[in-house]
Amino acid sequence: MAYIIIDKERCKGCYFCIEFCPKNIIVISKEHNKLGYFPAEFPMEDEDKCTGCKTCASMCPDMAIEVYK
Amino acid sequence: MNRIFKRPDSLTDANTHFCPGCTHGIAHRLIAEVMDELGITDNTIGIPGVGCCVFLYTYFPIDVLEAPHGRAPACATGMKRAQPDKIVFVYQGDGDLAAIGTSEVIHAANRGENITIFFINNSVYGMTGGQMAPTTLLGQQTTTSPYGRDFQSEGYPIRMAELLATLEGVAYSTRVALHSPKHVNQARKAVRKAFEMQMNGMGFSMVEMLSTCNTNWRVSPLEALKTIENEMIPYYPLGVFKERTGKDFL
Repeated sequence: MAYIIIDKERCKGCYFCIEFCPKNIIVISKEHNKLGYFPAEFPMEDEDKCTGCKTCASMCPDMAIEVYK
Repeated sequence: MNRIFKRPDSLTDANTHFCPGCTHGIAHRLIAEVMDELGITDNTIGIPGVGCCVFLYTYFPIDVLEAPHGRAPACATGMKRAQPDKIVFVYQGDGDLAAIGTSEVIHAANRGENITIFFINNSVYGMTGGQMAPTTLLGQQTTTSPYGRDFQSEGYPIRMAELLATLEGVAYSTRVALHSPKHVNQARKAVRKAFEMQMNGMGFSMVEMLSTCNTNWRVSPLEALKTIENEMIPYYPLGVFKERTGKDFL
C-alpha cells in the first residue's frame, strides 16, 4: 500500500517515471498543464499495486513526485 | 501513511528552466539531498559556471557567487581561502570546465584547493545551441561539427576525471552517470563522498556526471538515456580514479 503524488504543474512529461516504474502504473495525463506539457499521472485506483520503491521519484528531473507509504 | 520521499529542503520552490528530461534536474536534487543529509545548507556557498547551470541561485536557498565563464574554480579558491569554515562547491558544465576553464580547474586541482567540483558532462555546449565541446564524442554531430567530430581536425574527447586524477593535489576524482536509478544512487554516494572530503579537509574533490542534452542531441529524453549507456559510457568509463585516504594525506 503506497501511492505517489505528482505535481502536475512541475511535470514536463519526460516519461522517466513511466519508463522506470517496475509495476508500470504511471500513465500520461489526457490534459496538458499550464506549461503545455502532458504530465504524468498516478491512477489512485492502483494504490494497491504501488510498492513505494521511490524509483520514479529518484529519476524525476523536476522533483515533482512525492511518495507516501 | 507517511511521506517517504519529498522535494529536498535544500531546494527552493522554483520550477526548473531545464528542458524536459534534462538530467541537470537530477544532479541538482542529488546535491540538495546530500546537503540535507549532512546538514550543511546554511553553511554552503555555491559557484555555478556559465551555461544551463547558471541559475543555481534560483534553485538553492544558499549564497551563490556568479563566476565569469570558466573561472568558477578560481572564484571558489578565493571564496574558500577567505572563508575556510564554509563549504564551497562549484557546479560546471563541460563547455565551461573542459574548454574555457581548463586552466582554472587544472591549477585549482594542482594546488589542492579544498573545494568540491560537480562537473556535468553532456558532450555539447547546451545553452548556446549545441556546439561542439572538447568532450563531444568522435563522430557526434553538433551544430559546429555537422559531419561528425573528426579527430584529425578537432582532436579527441577529453577525459577530465582521469586527467585530474593524475594531479597530486586531488583527493577524490570519480565519474558517475545519471541515466538509470542504479546509477543515480551511485551518483548520490559520490556526491556525499565529495562533500565529506571537503569537510574533512582532504583537498580537491571532483565528481564528473555523465548527463543528457536531449534537445541538442535531437533525440527524445528516453533515447538520450540510452545514448549515455551505449555511446558515452564506452568512451567515458565510470569509476573512482583517485581517492585519498587519511593515511596518505600530505
